[in-house]
Formats: sequence, structure tokens, C-alpha cells
Amino acid sequence: MMATRKKILEQEPSEIEMLLPWHAAGTLNARDSRKVDEALARDAELARQYAVIREEYAETIHLNESLGAPSARAIQKLFAAIDAEPVRRPHASLNVAARFNGFFAKLSPRTLAWSASLGALALLLQAGVIGVVLMNNRPASFETASLSTNGPITRELGAATLSRALVRFSPDARVADITALLDKYQASIVDGVKGGMFQLQFGNKAMTKDEVASLLSRLQGEKIVSLAVAAP
Amino acid sequence: MSATQAASDDVLIARIAQGDRLAMQVLYGRHHVRVFRFGLRLVRDEQIAEDLISEVFLDVWRQAGKFEGRSAVSTWLLAITRFKALSALRRRKDVELEDEAANAIEDTSDDPEVAVQKKDTSAALRKCLTALSPEHQEIVDLVYYHEKSVEEVAEIVGIPENTVKTRLFYARKKLAELLKAAGVERGWP
Repeated sequence: MMATRKKILEQEPSEIEMLLPWHAAGTLNARDSRKVDEALARDAELARQYAVIREEYAETIHLNESLGAPSARAIQKLFAAIDAEPVRRPHASLNVAARFNGFFAKLSPRTLAWSASLGALALLLQAGVIGVVLMNNRPASFETASLSTNGPITRELGAATLSRALVRFSPDARVADITALLDKYQASIVDGVKGGMFQLQFGNKAMTKDEVASLLSRLQGEKIVSLAVAAP
Repeated sequence: MSATQAASDDVLIARIAQGDRLAMQVLYGRHHVRVFRFGLRLVRDEQIAEDLISEVFLDVWRQAGKFEGRSAVSTWLLAITRFKALSALRRRKDVELEDEAANAIEDTSDDPEVAVQKKDTSAALRKCLTALSPEHQEIVDLVYYHEKSVEEVAEIVGIPENTVKTRLFYARKKLAELLKAAGVERGWP
């Protein structure tokens, strides 16, 4: 019994051994890839198995490539079926999602990295501004550094302002979350990343300062929003 | 697939959700060959595989608005293809999956033994790949040809990630046995 169990355990593949095919295909994450590389460098038996896997990999591609391609009949059939489908009306939130995804797709990783760095810098500057305001200890009504208007944000009913805000999303916010937020607030992105922030338009009507303040406060309470300020 | 292409696939899906036919054509042009080959390896019949891709992309047209982007579009396409292929196989009650391995796809290559005699071990390897069971073929194709990660294969096939790893290991072991039976020794296992 023990001997049988020992034999089974000996036949069980190791974790590294099982990852070899993904290493050959280049689809392992960096950490696992490094682990496999290290194991291959010190284990000749594993390296032999890896050479076998590379052959299998090459021949699987060869085999699949030899299968050819479908005829034009497939696409004709597809579009005939699509033509028979009911006409659909564009959905506003999907418009936003497409524009949003498209915007990100156009940015290079370098641009995104710079945007994040600029965002961090803007945060530091803002912290500085807040510090200066507090140090000055002005007795005037409460002001927030997050609002770009010069006057106090409260008690000024009637004065309507543009319903736009600058928003920075938290780094772990997913596109789907952001799209949902835009949907929830009936917002659209009107300008791209500047200092790590997006300019959002909320509806089509102008808002009073109280409404803007309330909106910003609600936005700030959102899990995926790290900063929301009125647009200049 | 590059991250840029994956992102632009997402944009295409969003446009398709709004009824954009051009986006549909672009997505089709980008993925239909791989979808066809994956389907063909599963159903082993070119006509059925061609019907499959029409059905798969029609599903995309209908369901694009529900796509949440949690996985790559190519992974989603392969998952739909697999589902449709298995349904098609179930409809074809006269086809025995295990017994008709590689018969439906026209195969003019030599048997593994003949290939070995001709010292064509690559051809023998390809022949043995077609002789694997459907579930072994499927996992080999997804990892090697479709370049899917462990997580993506798990999603497409609907099995745990550890099962994905062990299944591929045993598929490779079976392949080695088939090759050995054909007279090809590769030094593993």
C-alpha cells in the first residue's frame, strides 16, 4: 500500500514541470517565468523535457495552420443572419464605454505612466495649497482647495455654474466600474487625462454652486474616485 | 495577442453593441480563422465548423452589450465556440467522438509508423496529435496554438486551474506513448 502510494507520488508532476508548456508559449506571468527559468538552469532532466515540449509546440502550430480557413460562405451567412435581426437603438452608456475604452486604447503605456506621475505631482501641489490656506488661518468662510472657483462654495444660491468636474480615479478602478459610475451620474468624459485627471460633464444643465458642491461630495464618496474637484 | 489588440477588441465589441456592422466585419476578420480552426478540431467537419463560426459571431452580435470585459474577447470567442461545437456534436448523434478521431478531416499524411520510417518525426508528431482524445487535443491547442494562459483555459473549458495543468501534462504523456508506439523515442518521459 505504502509502496503504491510512494510510486504514485513519484509519478506526480511537479508544479514547475506542469508550467513548462506555458513557458514555451510565453504566456506565464513574470514571476512564474523566472521560477521556470531558474529550474531549467539547474535541472538537466527538466531541460530535456522542455526541449520535447518545444517540438510539440511547433508541431501543434504547424498542424493548426495546415487546417486552412473557412470559405466566404461563413461571412455571407453571418451577415444575412445579422440583416434579419431587429434594428437596435444605440445605448447611451455603451457610447460612453466605447469612447472611454477607445481613449485608453490610444494611449501608450508611457503616456499612462506619465499621466500617473503627473497626477501624483498634482496631488502634492494640492496638499501644499491646502497647507498654505490653513497656515494663513483666514477667518473667511470655508473654502476648499478642491474647488477652482474663487468664492466660497456655499450660501450662494442662484449663481449657476458649468456642471463639469475634474476627477481622478483610484489606480485599481476598472473600466467597467468607471463606465458604471459615468452611467450613474449621467456623465461623459469631455477631456482626457491632464495631471492624471479626467474632465467630466454632468448632464446638460448648469448647476448652482450648492448642487456642484453636493455632486463633488457624492463623487468623493465613491470607492473608485480618489479626487473630485470642480473644473476651472 | 498584444494588450493593444485586446483593448481595441473591447472597443469593437462596444461598437458592435450599438449595431455597428463595420466593427463586426473587423472583429470577424481578426478572429474568424482561429475560431474556425478551434471549432474544426472539435467537430472534425469543415461544413459544421463553417456553420459554427457564423453562429459564434451572430452570438457576439446579439450579446455584445452584455460583454463585461472581464476576459479577453478572444477568450470569450473560444468559449462560445467550444459551447457551440459541443452542442453541434450532441446534435450529430451518429458521430462517435472517440472512434472517429481525425477521420472527418481529410488527412493525406502518412501513419506515424510510416512517417518514422521516412525519418519524418515531425509528421509523426502531428499525426499523433490528431490521435489524442478530444479533451486532450482541445487543451493542447488552447495552450500551444491559441496561446491561452492557465486562467484563460480554465475559463474556456470550465475546469479548475489545477485541472488545466494536470490535464495538459497527461495529454503530453499520452502523446509520448503514441509516439513510442510508433517507434519515436524522444527521451521523455
